[in-house]
Amino acid sequence: MAEKEFWRWPEYRHTTPGINWREGKVISAGVDIGSVSSKTAIMVDGEMFAQSAMRTGSSSPDSAERTMNWALEDTGMTLKDIHYIVGTGYGRVNVPFAHKAITEIACHARGANYVWGPTVRTVLDMGGQDCKAIRCDERGKVQNFLMNDKCAAGTGRGMEVFADLLSVPIEEVGELSFTVDEEPPPVSSTCVVFAKSEAVGMLRSGWSKEKVLAAYCRAMAHRVVDLLNRVGVEKDFVITGGIAKNIGIVQRIEKELGIKALKPDKWRSDPRFDPMLAGAMGAALFAKALYERSKGQG
Amino acid sequence: MMKANYGYADGSGQYYITLDTDKCDGCGDCVRACPASVLEIVPNEFDIIDGGDIMSVREEHRKKLKYSCAPCKPTTGGGEPPCVTACPHGAITHFLSSAKGQVM
Ligand code: SF4
Ligand code: SF4
Repeated sequence: MAEKEFWRWPEYRHTTPGINWREGKVISAGVDIGSVSSKTAIMVDGEMFAQSAMRTGSSSPDSAERTMNWALEDTGMTLKDIHYIVGTGYGRVNVPFAHKAITEIACHARGANYVWGPTVRTVLDMGGQDCKAIRCDERGKVQNFLMNDKCAAGTGRGMEVFADLLSVPIEEVGELSFTVDEEPPPVSSTCVVFAKSEAVGMLRSGWSKEKVLAAYCRAMAHRVVDLLNRVGVEKDFVITGGIAKNIGIVQRIEKELGIKALKPDKWRSDPRFDPMLAGAMGAALFAKALYERSKGQG
Repeated sequence: MMKANYGYADGSGQYYITLDTDKCDGCGDCVRACPASVLEIVPNEFDIIDGGDIMSVREEHRKKLKYSCAPCKPTTGGGEPPCVTACPHGAITHFLSSAKGQVM
């Protein structure tokens, strides 16, 4: 089992420098347990303070504890110091220490509003196992949404399967998919299982890895653009979730949609704005609001 | 206005149940009218601060509405299904269509 695991994306933690959390009035946290990744965002008075992202294990409660503990690591803060915690994502009801669970749709819209500001009107959340097109108002409140949870194509899990199949590290998939002379037609299968066997066939018939990747990225982009058109895209448009970091997908979506995503690279210069953590950030902001309300009412 | 769309589109058509969450007061009439236990009343997670309860499509039915809602025949011109007629506030809309090309 010494083989390289190409699908592995980097797990990480981060603390925002220069924040003295002991002086904060409200310490809130959001824990997003997705099917593929688990994320924690800890905020001090509504500003990102500490965060972590790691792979979801076989047990949701366990994954929740691990991502929370990792985010807390070396901050001097403990779970007891956090006033209010909201769980979100597919495992949201299985976060043992959460005070409340809120759907990831609401959290992604709120998180996108935090990361990119009040001009955001359309959010595409590309998660591990499904895709959601969300319309929201200037406060990040959901107005309309559509999910596409029919199968794993067009999702993080589908991308992992492909990275592994082609032995390409997942972070390099995007770049590599642009190294083709000519953009190939998209893979025709919308199901990831069939797309995989289609890809094997392409490789056998002499297609390069890059070409197969390009064909797959294109198919993925096509599927989500379908979803987006159904809710109607209004600017500003942003992409959240792990796949937001894959330029091979992002640029193909932009091209097909005819609309550019707002600053998809913001996270590169400032890790606080990781699009993968948008759901956890939204949850932390709801946690703050819920805590303040509980105080306000005595 | 906030619309929650549950369902999917695939090669055979589109299958969506749409709820206008602002109109829904969580009375549960639709849940009682549904012969297939597709619907449920849950806390309004979209407006957690003062949203109250609303109707939702049960998670296990979201990927198979074509089959779950088959008893009501909304895709074959059976008229408005029980959930839609039961709602006193007109909060539910169905976009269930086995023909391609119907625009939401
Ligand atoms: S169409 Fe029939 S089965 Fe489907 S939700 Fe409405 S009442 Fe229930
Ligand atoms: S009948 Fe209408 S108002 Fe009552 S719970 Fe159902 S959707 Fe909401």
